[in-house]
Amino acid sequence: MCLGKSKEAEIKRINKELANIRSKFKGDKALDGYSKKKYVCKLLFIFLLGHDIDFGHMEAVNLLSSNRYTEKQIGYLFISVLVNSNSELIRLINNAIKNDLASRNPTFMGLALHCIANVGSREMAEAFAGEIPKILVAGDTMDSVKQSAALCLLRLYRTSPDLVPMGDWTSRVVHLLNDQHLGVVTAATSLITTLAQKNPEEFKTSVSLAVSRLSRIVTSASTDLQDYTYYFVPAPWLSVKLLRLLQCYPPPEDPAVRGRLTECLETILNKAQEPPKSKKVQHSNAKNAVLFEAISLIIHHDSEPNLLVRACNQLGQFLQHRETNLRYLALESMCTLASSEFSHEAVKTHIETVINALKTERDVSVRQRAVDLLYAMCDRSNAQQIVAEMLNYLETADYSIREEIVLKVAILAEKYAVDYTWYVDTILNLIRIAGDYVSEEVWYRVIQIVINRDDVQGYAAKTVFEALQAPACHENLVKVGGYILGEFGNLIAGDPRSSPLIQFNLLHSKFHLCSVPTRALLLSTYIKFVNLFPEIKTTIQDVLRSDSQLKNADVELQQRAVEYLRLSTIASTDILATVLEEMPPFPERESSILAKLKKKKGPGTVTDLEEIKKERSSDMNGSAEPASVNASAVSTPSPSADLLGLGAAPLTNSAPPPASSGSLLVDVFSDSASAVAPLAPGSDDNFASPDLASSEVVSEEPADTVHDADELFHKFVCKNNGVLFENQLLQIGLKSEFRQNLGRMFIFYGNKTSTQFLNFTPTVICSDDLQSSLNLQTKPVDPTVDGGAQVQQVVNIECVSDFMEAPILNIQFRYGGTFQNLSVKLPITLNKFFQPTEMSSQDFFQRWKQLSNPKQEVQNIFKAKHPMDAEITKAKIIGFGSALLEEVDPNPANFVGAGIIHTKTTQIGCLLRLEPNLQAQMYRLTLRTSKEAVSQRLCELLSEQF
Amino acid sequence: MIKFFLMVNKQGQTRLSRYYEHVEIHKRTMLEAEVIKNCLSRSKDQCSFIEYKDFKLVYRQYAALFVVVGINETENEMAVYELIHNFVEVLDKYFSRVSELDIMFNLDRVHIILDEMVLNGCIVETNRNRILAPLFVLDKVAEN
Repeated sequence: MCLGKSKEAEIKRINKELANIRSKFKGDKALDGYSKKKYVCKLLFIFLLGHDIDFGHMEAVNLLSSNRYTEKQIGYLFISVLVNSNSELIRLINNAIKNDLASRNPTFMGLALHCIANVGSREMAEAFAGEIPKILVAGDTMDSVKQSAALCLLRLYRTSPDLVPMGDWTSRVVHLLNDQHLGVVTAATSLITTLAQKNPEEFKTSVSLAVSRLSRIVTSASTDLQDYTYYFVPAPWLSVKLLRLLQCYPPPEDPAVRGRLTECLETILNKAQEPPKSKKVQHSNAKNAVLFEAISLIIHHDSEPNLLVRACNQLGQFLQHRETNLRYLALESMCTLASSEFSHEAVKTHIETVINALKTERDVSVRQRAVDLLYAMCDRSNAQQIVAEMLNYLETADYSIREEIVLKVAILAEKYAVDYTWYVDTILNLIRIAGDYVSEEVWYRVIQIVINRDDVQGYAAKTVFEALQAPACHENLVKVGGYILGEFGNLIAGDPRSSPLIQFNLLHSKFHLCSVPTRALLLSTYIKFVNLFPEIKTTIQDVLRSDSQLKNADVELQQRAVEYLRLSTIASTDILATVLEEMPPFPERESSILAKLKKKKGPGTVTDLEEIKKERSSDMNGSAEPASVNASAVSTPSPSADLLGLGAAPLTNSAPPPASSGSLLVDVFSDSASAVAPLAPGSDDNFASPDLASSEVVSEEPADTVHDADELFHKFVCKNNGVLFENQLLQIGLKSEFRQNLGRMFIFYGNKTSTQFLNFTPTVICSDDLQSSLNLQTKPVDPTVDGGAQVQQVVNIECVSDFMEAPILNIQFRYGGTFQNLSVKLPITLNKFFQPTEMSSQDFFQRWKQLSNPKQEVQNIFKAKHPMDAEITKAKIIGFGSALLEEVDPNPANFVGAGIIHTKTTQIGCLLRLEPNLQAQMYRLTLRTSKEAVSQRLCELLSEQF
Repeated sequence: MIKFFLMVNKQGQTRLSRYYEHVEIHKRTMLEAEVIKNCLSRSKDQCSFIEYKDFKLVYRQYAALFVVVGINETENEMAVYELIHNFVEVLDKYFSRVSELDIMFNLDRVHIILDEMVLNGCIVETNRNRILAPLFVLDKVAEN
């Protein structure tokens, strides 16, 4: 078909052709086989050019039943290219396939199997899942049919694993690794690798068979394998596949197998050093494909120091190779080697080469690998050099990778800082060089560190002051400068060159160039200056009083200006000093930068590296999330409060009181769907007299009340905010946040009546067992709660070790002369200390396998209590705290999740899998963690949710 | 796993596309356009592997024709790189000095060859004679 030159001409030509073919198909005259074939071929070509083909499908299906190979072939081709798995034609296609499979004609069988392998719908799986394994293992099946059958089965297993039951064919499939025909082995290895990932136990025997097959290949003379030798390399693709299969398993336990494998790997490494058998690049490429896969296996086993070091040296050679492809792959491979304790030192010896690569490589993806490798090989001994080089590179780095480099530099500088002045310098350099790429996490973090380390505060203040002198500086620097001077400006105020007024003028000179959030921050700095430097109070008040502030169009800025001005005028020095006190140290938490990098990079390198190096926790702190100046002054415990938390603080008391008891807590929960508080059981009649209601509550046995609240308790397993309890008198709302093993819960007690509660005493009670694993601190609340008012209580939570029960919240008070006593379970559950972990399918199943000890797994099969909606289920799993891993489970209907439970003493990795059965309205929930009690508890908690 | 196998010329016209995962047709055209843009903008001394979205592209250039294969992390880049060459050598053997026109006018044949080599995203056969065997049968039948 000849196409026109321009796009328009092409479309015109194609439309004409399509019309022609359509009329031919619709015409009265029956088309002969050749014409049909010709037109179907044309349609294929048109489809290839990106035009949708909405006819011809029926004609193609008709071709399937032709007895002529050529026609049948073109029919199958059309269908496997153009028909997707949910087409209505599948049933007709299945019929044709069934006939061809039964034909015993190997060519026809091959075509039919190819079609299943490429289309592979569920309906096909239903029709053929029983048949294919038989064809695959039957003694009389031709080799080429076996090949197709193997990949066909793989397809069905991927789309509908439930329809492909393991059976006696499995052991025979494993033995295909021994098949004398290498094509069969190639196809079978792909199938076995996938099956082994999901069912490692059943396919364990494949290890020794794969090792012996591999051994026979690598030791063969290049002529032995005839057509499977590619440029003097024996069966390179098959070798790669076998090495992949072995990466599904730990090193073989049997010493003989293990020895044989080591021998193979050594042979492969040796061959890399031998002179090439051919000058052709194909020869060395094929050889290196095998070599890289062998190195992957060595790294995966991570058990033979000798092999690891040899692998490292080999990769070191590649780092200087003239082929860019090899340098790229070597950098990538070495990155994983750096995390092995056996080879970390060996990798470090290549630092100069890698730094050089950063400077000279002409390909951004290669440079990116070099950055990754530098990051992976960094430790205390070379951190200063690596950070300096990365900073250097940042000046010229491609925009696409700047943000990542910034994060990496920030993490390394913090992690390996011995001298925190170096850290401060590094971050300020980062902002100077690549300010636009410095995310909030990074500058929050530097502030947090400065606040937590008093030895660096004076230096930081001096340094930011100097940096701010630059005529043009990045807004992020203004933010950091504003914050640090607001806190520690006094430390440098003694120097006449940085007197309070000079500091203020310097900051204010940047004010008008900044965005609203930065201006808001600067206003907070100014009010802090009022406290730090009373001598410039009037200057600052003048600025706050100016029209551009008080009448600013931006609500936030205007409000700050008004409030700060008022605060500075009416508050006494003491009050100012309390409200504007220096920030308390931040709790130590995982670095949010690290979390961000993990998110950016996805699972894999970063996480693994961290786990292996085991250097986390102690020197990784929490995010400098905007926190409050002083907890007592804060009315809204929202984690997204403004930086200084002063936004609304001074005005708390003037806020209008809640209009009616019904909306008492609504504002608190404005960010959650539960804003409309559910009514407590038994309170259908809202107008029941308080006395009647209270008689229900006043109970000698609090057990009853506790039981009532159980359902509400379970609601909190997957969410943090909402109403925990409500009756005619009292509403209890919760808002909580958790990070790692720490948490904070705000309990709001709302008096729904118009009468005072007296002697109001809420107590959190932990059983003896629970006390040792959960550390709770509460502050007493005011014993009087006015009618319509709400009081708040903060509970600080620390999870010391894993726990089962929940603490009890007991509340006693007097209302209108009657004594009220009620207890509810406080929803502090183990899953609150989850940190989600993203991981790839491969990682997931690898870890899943590692937790195969029966005690680590807990399973529960239960009836659905709620409609089985996938989206709601997903939300619940995320609310539960684990990461929801998409496209991990081969069955898309299943849900899998992963996360780490953080306790003070330990971290427990958890994997979960939820399999819904819509027909039976049942679920199967499986949890695997390293600790039986944890699996048990999580399973209990989560089972209640669906 | 191999996600897709493309042959695209320097003008950005797709000459062969085989997807091993279902992709909507309008997304295909977009993806192919982006992929070829990525390849064309690279020079000879850049490496043949490109990280693209959540997978990798492995490509090789033959005259004005690019062969681009999309793979996920379970494939060995170098092995796929040589797979491309093996495929081109098979085409060369069958068409005796293959050209872009051969591919355009014998699309069905090229598909058969590829289907013999890669099935369901996995390498299934690498032996040239066995790859071509069904095609020779087909040609013989067609002659009669």
